[in-house]
Amino acid sequence: MLAAGLDWSIFLQPSFDQSGNYLTFLLTGLKWTIYLSVTAWVIAFVFGSFVGLLRTLPNSLCVALAAAYVELFRNIPLLVQLFIWYFVFPEIIPVLGTWFKQSVNPLLQQFIAATLCLGFFTSARIAEQVRSGIEAIPKGQRLAGLALGFTLLQTYNLVILPVAYRIIIPTLTSEFLNVVKNSAVASTIGLIELSRQSQQLGEFTSHWYESFIAVTLLYGAINLTVMVLSRYLERFSRLSGYIGGRH
Amino acid sequence: MISIKGVSKWYGDFQVLRNCSAEIGKGEVVVICGPSGSGKSTLIKTINGLEAFQEGELVVDGTSLNKRGIDLAKLRSRVGMVFQHFELFPHLNVLRNLTISQCRVLGRGRKEAEENALKLLGMVGLEAYCRKFPAQLSGGQQQRVAIARALSMDPVAMLFDEPTSALDPEMIKEVLDVMVDLAKNGMTMVVVTHEMGFAKQVADRVIFMDHGSILEDKPKEEFFGSSGSERCQQFLSKILAH
Repeated sequence: MLAAGLDWSIFLQPSFDQSGNYLTFLLTGLKWTIYLSVTAWVIAFVFGSFVGLLRTLPNSLCVALAAAYVELFRNIPLLVQLFIWYFVFPEIIPVLGTWFKQSVNPLLQQFIAATLCLGFFTSARIAEQVRSGIEAIPKGQRLAGLALGFTLLQTYNLVILPVAYRIIIPTLTSEFLNVVKNSAVASTIGLIELSRQSQQLGEFTSHWYESFIAVTLLYGAINLTVMVLSRYLERFSRLSGYIGGRH
Repeated sequence: MISIKGVSKWYGDFQVLRNCSAEIGKGEVVVICGPSGSGKSTLIKTINGLEAFQEGELVVDGTSLNKRGIDLAKLRSRVGMVFQHFELFPHLNVLRNLTISQCRVLGRGRKEAEENALKLLGMVGLEAYCRKFPAQLSGGQQQRVAIARALSMDPVAMLFDEPTSALDPEMIKEVLDVMVDLAKNGMTMVVVTHEMGFAKQVADRVIFMDHGSILEDKPKEEFFGSSGSERCQQFLSKILAH
């Protein structure tokens, strides 16, 4: 059996970069994967909500701009977007780009490029989910809000969005899981996140199986945690008469 | 109170309102009836600016809806509206449904808003339900809460858009009873409904619409007499047949 030949003590050996053993080496990767996923998701949530909301406004210019944004970010492959953020923008943006290349710590450069890339890529997807959540609310709710004297902004804040977000909690969760998995592309620009660390571990020790089993479990652990939290959030916020609610 | 002069509206090429005119005085109760698609709901939604119109003049309590840049939100806060499907806010309990607009639009304090809300809930007989959520109430109860919610803004007039059409027959009466009380207390009301019993009991005037036009606008005694147009008599004979 394969399992019989595995040597788990590899994780207690000092890592090649002298930073600790290979377990802490992997955990460093885990840390960066979590930082990257959380910041990217926050960017995605904020921009995605804004753009998704724009697409539902009674103004054709807002709708067109928001639609262009969504198509731009979701139709270019993630890897290409990452190379644009990391290699192209610092070259073509005057002053700020030069400063970024010369004065920012290389690890931070990789982190910022990867965060912005993943954040904006995912925001286009979240925008579509927010839009569909808003469109799932009966039109009468908007009229009722307006009829009470709320402004359009108040109607969104107090009436439409609180219910729309509840409806899309399951898809927002699955989008967060996607962010965690997509964050592995940052390994291509050298960010020491989880999948990059596991590749290095494999290369320096030749213990590929142990490395990838461990990394699979760690990704699984993140996603399981997210799923459990989301389940609680869903249960806590559910409304009777709506998706996930009881009658 | 409400003055409608020559109002017309188109959806693209399709004309939904044709040169509609009506005057509704303070304290008057006006019932609008007519077949589906005749423009009744569209007409009352133009009164609080929920539907725009392309031609004509509309003045509500001294505010002209023709002027550009009028504060629509402010006008709407003074005109109560009750919808066919209640449209209570599902994420808020009954009390919060009644206080949220008082607090956010009229700037009332929470305590004052809650006292007012409880008084109105008492009036519609639902004080005990103030901590329930809308989905836990029957249709009739939800509509009574919706009426109380509209009243919580101290409106100068109330618009009702088929308030009983989505209700079980058993629940229609409890909603109509609340509306009759309102009418007797002098509220200015425009009611789109097919409840001719309600019209006979409290309406001052009845308006009959078909294909976007107002065909009849008469005091109820005349309307329910036999002097009306052929189209109107035909409509009445159908809805009063059973």
